Amino acid sequence: MPTTSQTRNEARRLRDGFAALGAQVIKADVLQPAETLLDLYGEDIRARSYLTSDPLRGEMVLRPDFTVPVVQMHMESRADPARYTYAGKVFRKQESDETRANEYVQVGYEVFDGQDPSSADAEVFAAIADGLAGLPVRAATGDIGVLMAAVRGLRTTDARKAALLRHIWRPGRFRALLKRFGSGKVPTARAALLASTDPFAGSGPDIGLRTRAEVQARIDALRADAAVAPIAAEEIALIDAILGLRETATNVLSALRDIAVDMPAIGDAVVGMDARMAALSKRGIDVDTLEFEGSYGRTSLEYYDGFVFGFYAIDRPDLPPVATGGRYDALTAQLGQGRAVPAVGGVIRPDLALGLRIC
Amino acid sequence: MEKTFDWFGARGVGLRKSGSDREYAGAVDGIDRVELVLLSAGEIPRELAAGNIHLGVTGSDLVREKLANWDARVAELAPMGFGGADLIIAVPQAWVDVATLDDLDAAAAAFRRTHGFRLRIATKYHRLVREFLREQGVADYQLIDSQGATEGTVKNETAEAIADITSTGETLRANGLKILDDGLIHASQATLFRGRRRDWTDQQRETLKVLMRVLDI
Repeated sequence: MPTTSQTRNEARRLRDGFAALGAQVIKADVLQPAETLLDLYGEDIRARSYLTSDPLRGEMVLRPDFTVPVVQMHMESRADPARYTYAGKVFRKQESDETRANEYVQVGYEVFDGQDPSSADAEVFAAIADGLAGLPVRAATGDIGVLMAAVRGLRTTDARKAALLRHIWRPGRFRALLKRFGSGKVPTARAALLASTDPFAGSGPDIGLRTRAEVQARIDALRADAAVAPIAAEEIALIDAILGLRETATNVLSALRDIAVDMPAIGDAVVGMDARMAALSKRGIDVDTLEFEGSYGRTSLEYYDGFVFGFYAIDRPDLPPVATGGRYDALTAQLGQGRAVPAVGGVIRPDLALGLRIC
Repeated sequence: MEKTFDWFGARGVGLRKSGSDREYAGAVDGIDRVELVLLSAGEIPRELAAGNIHLGVTGSDLVREKLANWDARVAELAPMGFGGADLIIAVPQAWVDVATLDDLDAAAAAFRRTHGFRLRIATKYHRLVREFLREQGVADYQLIDSQGATEGTVKNETAEAIADITSTGETLRANGLKILDDGLIHASQATLFRGRRRDWTDQQRETLKVLMRVLDI
């Protein structure tokens, strides 16, 4: 384990490196209002971060990462394009593994630049890879945008697509929904409800905020959904094929081109991936050996909706990733009150990086 | 407490309160080197994990709720067959469209769109409910703390659904609520737990062995 001052020096070295790429050095408050995070991530954030209450300001949180404050800062400054770097501690509850640190330093590099997303993706990946140069790490990459495009391209109703998109980051529920939408079957309890002429007969008192009109609206939606044709088995097989991809980026690209023949909706995402790989090659990244996984990044917090990546210690699979990052356009749209700015960023943990260097 | 005493008594270990009825002191017959301390069921998980007591009888729900990583910190020695209660999720009976977690999840999404905030579930079992709903992939809900009379929160419009302990479901029905078909989070019962043995003396370890032999567990 590196000492605190070693970690601080490494963090400064990394941050200076990012600043030399043209990033503005920024700081964020350690104590952040919790409302935005709770709104974005819901209850899960309580299990992962330290929430506390302030008598006047309401619920506050020890920053679990810099992304949200950085996006908010950027949205206020309205500079475009912009690059930021920061180094500071973040705080994460560890509920199941007490050997994992609950406070550690992150050094980040964030790019807000809508001109050329592929190039921005490659720029961030290369900057992080450069910060870890010489360390025994391997990179894993993915692209949640491909999966989202595939879902949007399914020949089914918008309601079903919305339900699937909402659960992109919850693989279990996503799988269950896809199975149901593909089966054409209605669960028994629901079939009885839909067949009933008066679903509310003997239904008990109307209590709570959810009104009878809302219940009726959902019954109507369920009726409409029951009349919809199942999603074709071939289309589900294509989604499975995308999720099952686990190859070098070059081979994945050619597999995705094949899939795009049957599923033209992912065409733009595949073109984007091609452009990104060209941009990565230009920056000296060997895409012929770069790992790509179709389902990578789905179990993290709901940030990323495009390119995603992580760097892992080769001989220490027990360690958390040394660096992670990705594209989070949807987050800026949500925080920007309608004003979206394409954004991509990555963070390095200098303590873990140093640990690999020392041993 | 009486049922715990009965359980031990049937196995040849006499537990009883000593002193007056108001005192929380106890005595043990039939085995040496065992002391009885009477504590509130809710405090027992913490005291076990801290090593202040070596064995404890409490609900399996309380241990799971109050101790993160509970199975690394305490061990279950014997389920005792009483004090059974289920931690469940219940919604208004008037929600005829909601029978499963899948329905709850869809209703929560629509609720958030309509009302502008996440569907509220009242409970005092935050950890168990959150972990359950995360595993089940339910989104767009929030937990509201309710330490008592949780069944009334829906009627009072401080929550839309509840997660609470029930043994017969009678109180739920009386309050216009119904249990989700797949809404069982944990089937709890009184259980004999052992704390971490790290700081135990050899004599304490030996006493546990004797006790377990006497209790036949």
